[in-house]
Amino acid sequence: MDIFFQQIINGLVQGSVYALVALGYTMVYGILGLINFAHGEVVMIGAMIALAVLQALLAAAFSPVLAVLISLMMAMAVCMALGYSIERIAYRPLRNAPRLAPLITAIGVSIVLQNLAMMIWGREYHAFTLPFNSVSHQIGGAIVNDVQIGIVVVALIIMAGLLWLVHHSRMGRAMRAVAENPAAATLMGVDINRVISNTFMLGSALAAIAGFMVSVNYGIVHYYMGFMLGLKAFTAAVLGGIGNLRGAMLGGVLLGLIESLGAGYIGDLTGGFLGSHYQDVFAFFVLIAVLVFRPSGLLGEKLAERA
Amino acid sequence: MTNVSDALLTLDKVGKRFGGLTALTDVSLHIKRGEIYGLIGPNGAGKTTLFNVVTGLYQLDSGAFDFAGQRYTQSKPHLLAQAGIARTFQNIRLFSNMTALENVMVGRHLRTSTGIWGALTRNATARAEERHIVQRARELLDYVGITTAHQTLAKHLSYGEQRRLEIARALATEPKLLALDEPAAGMNATETVALKALLQKVRADGITVLLIEHDVKLIMGLCDRVAVLDYGKKIAEGVPEEVRRDPAVIAAYLGGEAT
Amino acid sequence: MKLHRPANRHLALAAILLVLPFIIDALFGHGWVRIADFALLYIMLALGLNIVVGYAGLLDLGYIAFFAVGAYTYALLGSPQFGLHWPMWVTLPLGAIIACIFGVLLGAPTLKLRGDYLAIVTLGFGEIIRIFLNNLNAPVNITNGPQGISGIDALQVGGFSFGESHQWLGVRVDDVHLHYYLFLAFTLLVIFVSRRLEDSRIGRAWVAIREDEVAASAMGINTRNIKLLAFAMGATFGGISGGLFAGFQGFVSPESFSLMESIMILCMVVLGGMGNIGGVVLGGVLLVALPELFRHAAGPVQQMLLGKVVVDPESLRMLMFGLALILVMLWRPAGLWPSTQRRRELNTEEGA
Repeated sequence: MDIFFQQIINGLVQGSVYALVALGYTMVYGILGLINFAHGEVVMIGAMIALAVLQALLAAAFSPVLAVLISLMMAMAVCMALGYSIERIAYRPLRNAPRLAPLITAIGVSIVLQNLAMMIWGREYHAFTLPFNSVSHQIGGAIVNDVQIGIVVVALIIMAGLLWLVHHSRMGRAMRAVAENPAAATLMGVDINRVISNTFMLGSALAAIAGFMVSVNYGIVHYYMGFMLGLKAFTAAVLGGIGNLRGAMLGGVLLGLIESLGAGYIGDLTGGFLGSHYQDVFAFFVLIAVLVFRPSGLLGEKLAERA
Repeated sequence: MTNVSDALLTLDKVGKRFGGLTALTDVSLHIKRGEIYGLIGPNGAGKTTLFNVVTGLYQLDSGAFDFAGQRYTQSKPHLLAQAGIARTFQNIRLFSNMTALENVMVGRHLRTSTGIWGALTRNATARAEERHIVQRARELLDYVGITTAHQTLAKHLSYGEQRRLEIARALATEPKLLALDEPAAGMNATETVALKALLQKVRADGITVLLIEHDVKLIMGLCDRVAVLDYGKKIAEGVPEEVRRDPAVIAAYLGGEAT
Repeated sequence: MKLHRPANRHLALAAILLVLPFIIDALFGHGWVRIADFALLYIMLALGLNIVVGYAGLLDLGYIAFFAVGAYTYALLGSPQFGLHWPMWVTLPLGAIIACIFGVLLGAPTLKLRGDYLAIVTLGFGEIIRIFLNNLNAPVNITNGPQGISGIDALQVGGFSFGESHQWLGVRVDDVHLHYYLFLAFTLLVIFVSRRLEDSRIGRAWVAIREDEVAASAMGINTRNIKLLAFAMGATFGGISGGLFAGFQGFVSPESFSLMESIMILCMVVLGGMGNIGGVVLGGVLLVALPELFRHAAGPVQQMLLGKVVVDPESLRMLMFGLALILVMLWRPAGLWPSTQRRRELNTEEGA
């Protein structure tokens, strides 16, 4: 039973990260109908920047709390600028192009960012630890540390904030209007380009936070970390129903839990035939199964075919 | 009134809901073989929904319909096309990046059979069938009055031509019932007159026509009978002149209570 | 006269293709003939994916899985792994059939999904296949896990092996050259099949579905079956090239079948010109040749300009490749050689 609770906790932590990244995918998809393949790399860049700034500040004898906050802010700022530029350079010129053209430029951006990071930071793993002690707590036989609690709490706050923003702010209203009907939104005086830029920047800020979180959780950063994380987060977004914010959150947390429990129990379930390396298989199987029965994801609305 | 066996399409208390919204409520009507039947009503009255139900795009929630002696409570678009219902779309849905000719050739898919093997070997049967497809497609393009633009991509055709191409494509499936969703929308007066002549020719060739239209003049001059939908209910049915004088219809169009 | 012109053009093309490996060998060296062989394999793959993505408009991000199935079928039945040495004329078709079955198994439940949902499902499927290949070495060793399978039998017809050099009329023809001809033959076959399908009732149905699925079904096309057919055809091509790949390399491991490979093949199709065979071939050649060119350029150019190698040539080469993808797509959003252009050409020919 201990392992069960432990896996639930691990799953929640990982799921919170997935959810934040998934939100970035889902917001862009909701507005542009585009899979922003480069989003995972934005997460990685966020983590790298955070680490670089953090190390520099600590070396300059900044107080740890301040250093962490500033590094996170810097990572968010850089990622927002990056998200903005990606959209301007690689997606905006192709807005009326064939559907797959922006997918290819997205792949191109992803390759460029990955290799740029490799040039700057090398192929090695970098340790990423917070400059304060993280106390471990014993809860019902499972172990949780402060970092993990922090991740879940911060993620929850951010998600609540995002929902508020989208449903109650002027910018959120404009975003929803564009997602619903771009032509009508333009007629109502919404500046579509600005809304799209905002969406990219917002998603990228979330990506930076997620990058920071996943790095402190695992204690390492690596130029390749964004690829699989992005893939999983996209899977989570689809699982929840892409284009739907609550779906992305639900999908993220669910995927985290599924993976974690899958990794913990897959051996028992298959009589030892399949080991925990099949964790990813588990996640994808669940995805396929969900989509076969709910073709628009868990919370996705069924789009009536307009005839 | 009419003998049931005359009826090609009979709707029997068809109902359709979207979530909490009722789009069609117990709509019953029948369309006789060989007639031109008009479906009118204010915007949002459920005309297109009714089209989508009888062409299999939507599944009905209650009731049933009979087409050519077969009863349906649920079906799929390709099966209803097979049974003999062909349609056009209100907002023109052509295969934009195919030529006009190819669009009509796709319409022949249903009545032809060449598979992978025939396509690869191009044996005598496959070649004969392909020749027949091209020939029939050309005939149909001429029939609807697209004489020169056979090799033009559908998206480059004029609006009126696109409407007529959709009709040619639908006719290529050899339908018993041709269902047209606002075929005259966006057409000028000359084009509308040509359309009217075309539909009369279609009927003369033994095809029943079901037509949603806003152009009252076209409806009055063309249809044998019309039905009026309002808020998903049939409020009137009959020959055009009668329906036109029906107080409920007048009320519906003027926005009053439809009682 | 008119009849002769295309025939002459074909003859000239055939002559070029026949002597090409020798020209490449003479100009650039042996290694580039090998690269040409790989280019042909990728062209086959891209043409297979073109049926799925280009004709039927189904975004498949896990296409490499079918390549993997073909490759492992060949490898397991023709290597010391199980001590089996089945002949190529059995294992190649078998690989194709098994890949086809996998295509149907994946497609049947998932093809009703809308565009990008299908993309992620196929992506997941590709990953599932790779993870299984990577881990099926325990408790029963089937695939030999991450180490892969080596010592795979060379491609062989009757007593003739493509895996060794042969001497004809005093001319030595190396294995890479022989593979070139073999792969060329298969590529031409795939092109032939693609062209025949394209101009057929089935091909038109595929394109109709791509253009407007609702309208296609309203015209009586059983969209599910026709899409499944596209999936199965694409998978079959993938399976065949997989078998050829295994026999050519003599070694397969799960690494060769990563998501990045699926993405590369998709890039070939889209960048070259979706739905147009010529474009797809062009895309395949470019996307195999470009990274190789960059590989050879990345180090020396730095050396020349800066006097030393400053940045890792490997990442510089991929960086340039990524930039090339972006620039080409921005420059030609419909691909380098899009299919509508081909149509227009056909029309003018017909009109003339």
